[in-house]
This record gives sequence, C-alpha cells and structure tokens, in this order.
Amino acid sequence: MSMQSQDIIKRSATNVLTPAPRARDHQAEVAKLIDVSICIGCKACQVACNEWNDLRDEVGHNVGVYDNPADLSAETWTLMRFDEVEDESGKLEWLIRKDGCMHCADPGCLKACPQPGAIIQYANGIVDFQSDHCIGCGYCIAGCPFDVPRISKKDNKAYKCTLCVDRVSVGQEPACVKTCPTGAINFGSKQDMLHQASERVTELQGRGFAGAGIYDPQGVGGTHVVYVLQHADKPHLYHKLPTDPRISSAIHGWKGWLKPVAAVAFFATLAGTLFHYVGVGPNEVEEADEKHEEDTHA
Amino acid sequence: MNKDKLILRTRFIERASHWVMVLCFLAVALSGLSWFFPSLNGLNAVFGTPQLARILHPFFGVVVFLLLAFLFVRFVKYNLPEREDLAWFRNVRQVLAGEHEPALQIGKYNAGQKILFWGIMGLISVLLVSGVVIWRPYFAPWFSIPSIRIGLLVHAIAGICLILLIIGHAYLAFWVKGSIRGMVTGYVSRSWAKTHHDRWYRQISNKQSGSGKQQ
Repeated sequence: MSMQSQDIIKRSATNVLTPAPRARDHQAEVAKLIDVSICIGCKACQVACNEWNDLRDEVGHNVGVYDNPADLSAETWTLMRFDEVEDESGKLEWLIRKDGCMHCADPGCLKACPQPGAIIQYANGIVDFQSDHCIGCGYCIAGCPFDVPRISKKDNKAYKCTLCVDRVSVGQEPACVKTCPTGAINFGSKQDMLHQASERVTELQGRGFAGAGIYDPQGVGGTHVVYVLQHADKPHLYHKLPTDPRISSAIHGWKGWLKPVAAVAFFATLAGTLFHYVGVGPNEVEEADEKHEEDTHA
Repeated sequence: MNKDKLILRTRFIERASHWVMVLCFLAVALSGLSWFFPSLNGLNAVFGTPQLARILHPFFGVVVFLLLAFLFVRFVKYNLPEREDLAWFRNVRQVLAGEHEPALQIGKYNAGQKILFWGIMGLISVLLVSGVVIWRPYFAPWFSIPSIRIGLLVHAIAGICLILLIIGHAYLAFWVKGSIRGMVTGYVSRSWAKTHHDRWYRQISNKQSGSGKQQ
C-alpha cells in the first residue's frame, strides 16, 4: 500500500484508542449490484477479474457442472455458481449466481484477523486484504459467514475480491462491472444501487416472481455487494447463499467477551501473587531445622 | 555442594525436559498472547517476525506437548489422588499462610501440585487437539469451518487457562524457597523435604537407611 488513502474506518487487530488514518472519511458508500435475473452465465466477469488482477488459476477439470473452476481459490476471486432448480410445478430454473466477497459492513474476516492492518475497511465500504501483512493463519476463513477467503498454496497468504479497490479509488467501476455484456452487474453509490434494485424487484414481482427481492443481509450490517434474486425468500437455492448470515457466536465470544474476561483473570492472578508475597512473605525452611538436620546427618 | 546432606528430587532427564519445555512454552505462550490480545502484537517478535511466529507457534507447541507427555509418564505415579490429600485441603489456609504446622502427611507432591499436574496435562491435550483442527496449512483444510470456529474458541480458552496455571506454578516455586533449586540442580535439603513433603521424606529416609540408595 504505497498510496495512502487515509480513509480506513476499520483495521484488523487494532485498538480503538489507536485508529488507522481516517481523516478523509466523507466518501459515499459504494455497492456492486448483481441482478441474478439478468445474468446469462457467460463468465465474462470471471475473465475480466482474472485479466485486471493478473490472476491465472490452474486449468481445472470438468466436474459435471458448468462451475469452472470448481471453487473459489487464491487465484479465482469471483466464480459463477450454476444451480438447476425445479419449482413446485416441475418447471426447471437455471439459477446463476456470481459468487465472491460480499464486502460486509461488519466483516467477520476483519473481526477474526489477529494481525494489525492485514484487513482494512475503507470509508466507501470496501473490505481489503493487505497481503504483505498477512500471516497465513486462516482466521479470516473462520470469520467469514460466506466462505470466501482462500489461502494461497504459493505464498501462504489469504486472497479474495478487492472490489477492484485500485480502480474504484481512481473513479472507475470494478472490472467485472465494466465487462458484463447484459448489464447484470452495476456499480455506484449504495443508495443508488438499492434504488435501482428496488425498481427491478417491483418489475419482477409484476411479472409473477412474487418472492423477488434484494439480498442485502442486515445480520452483517448490510453488504457492499447486493443481489437482486428472483427468489429472495429462498436464498439457499442460489448455491447455499445463507438466509441470515451472521458472524458466528463462537467468533463473537472469542473476539468479544473472552478478551476482557481473560484480561481480568490475568490481572487478578498477577495481583494475587504480588499481594500474597508481600503479605505472607517467602516460605522458608526454619534456620534451626536446617542446622539440626545438618547436625544429625553429618 | 555436599550431596550427602541433600536429597535428589528430580533427575537430570526430567530437569532437562522441564527447562527445555519452559523455553518452548515461553515462546508459544507469548506468541499466542500476541494474537489473543492484538494490542500485545509485538510479543510475537519472540519468533522473529509475525509470519514466522505463525508458522513456528504450532511446532513449538507440539514440542511442549511431547515433553509434557514424557514428564507425565515419569511423574504420574506420584500424582495419583490419595487419602492423605484430604488433610492438605482441610488445611489449605495454613498452607497458603506459609505455616509448617501441623505436618500434613504430604507425599512427593501435595494436593495442590497434583491439581496443577492434572490441569496442565488436561489443558495441553485440549490445546493439542484444538490446535490440530486450526493448524494451517496442514490440518485445518480437513475440518469444516464450524468446527474450526469451535477449535479457535476452545484453543484460546485453554491457552489462557494454561498460562494462568503456569503463572501460579512459577509463583509458588518462587514463594517456596528451595523449590527452584530442586528443579535446577535436582537436589533439595533434608529440612526442605521434611518441612514440605514429610511423608515423602520419611519414605526416602527409610529407603536410604535400608539400602543406602537415594531416590
């Protein structure tokens, strides 16, 4: 990070008393809007992502579905997930979801990360991994409610979609947005994207998709990647998109109540030993005993 | 040092294991604290860099486990619960006040030391199992993300508990003068043994007068 953005609103493993540079935090929140109902699954966004970010994942194998590669990886930051779903009337639906980092307002990866500054969140909402600080512990993988981060086998560091932070910071839209041939991916202020999404949802509902809606899960404070889903009431249809994603209570406990409890326990133990020692004094064997023992055993 | 006046309490291989373990444990505990309390992140410098600390912490942790497993085999027979331990519990107030009367029929280890022994052995086992679950890049990929989350929480709790126990252990060794010499040189004075471990002292004395051999 040679260019200083000075608009970091959250920084991993950083005390609230010592925040990151954030003087320039008056930016509007951004969002990428993915309209699943328009997507044709051409994977142009995948290619654009690889091109812009200089990623060349290994050529994989056909695993019997259109998903290729089969999963997200350190070199595949976005991936089309294809699901064939039959509705009640037996009609086949092909649901195609562009998977990748959701850029949560309350990012589980950032909460779990133990290394100061390895994960940061900018004022515009983008959550970014600072790979040179990454220690490869994989806590971000445990923290993420969407199973997005991946550790590279090459350098043992975690990777994921950056929302093309390098493009956005100079006023361009992410590479996937620029490439999408159907207009299924849009980018702008979160407010604008939600407005556009709600208009599309109204249109879909008018055409008989009663369950159409916006996926902007509030359990993680909302996300900066937002979906329009034909079946927002059943997000799990879209390759197990979680219905109500939240940071796991185990992570909350570990990074929440356990820290003050442990701190109190440490101080109590250290204070206990200190006061015991200055109160009771050293536990020494009586001099007389020592002498006596030496006499009798000499 | 006139060893005739002293009693061998801890053999060389046990002392060597103990102190190697202490060094490894210090590095593992400090790096662990560096991740648990991010404001103490600098503590991971004990391993050089944050990245190296992340790689080395689990290996040194396994060394601690193996050395403790060895000491478990060596010491477990002295740490089994006995009827006489009840006297120590009944008089724990006097023990903590540093009073040496009445004699409490204490064997090679007192009841408090036995609790510490089993606590340390239990916690290191929990740390090993939970540590394997979260160990990247080798083992964590074999486990589901929900089980890794539980592993992280359990590992942190067990690590904190173990460090607290070790602080207590180190303090008590410092408090009871002569104990640290017992673990460094292996020898304790006869009066130390008689005062703190009267039943063990009698057993040793009887054995010595019988065979003339020290244990």
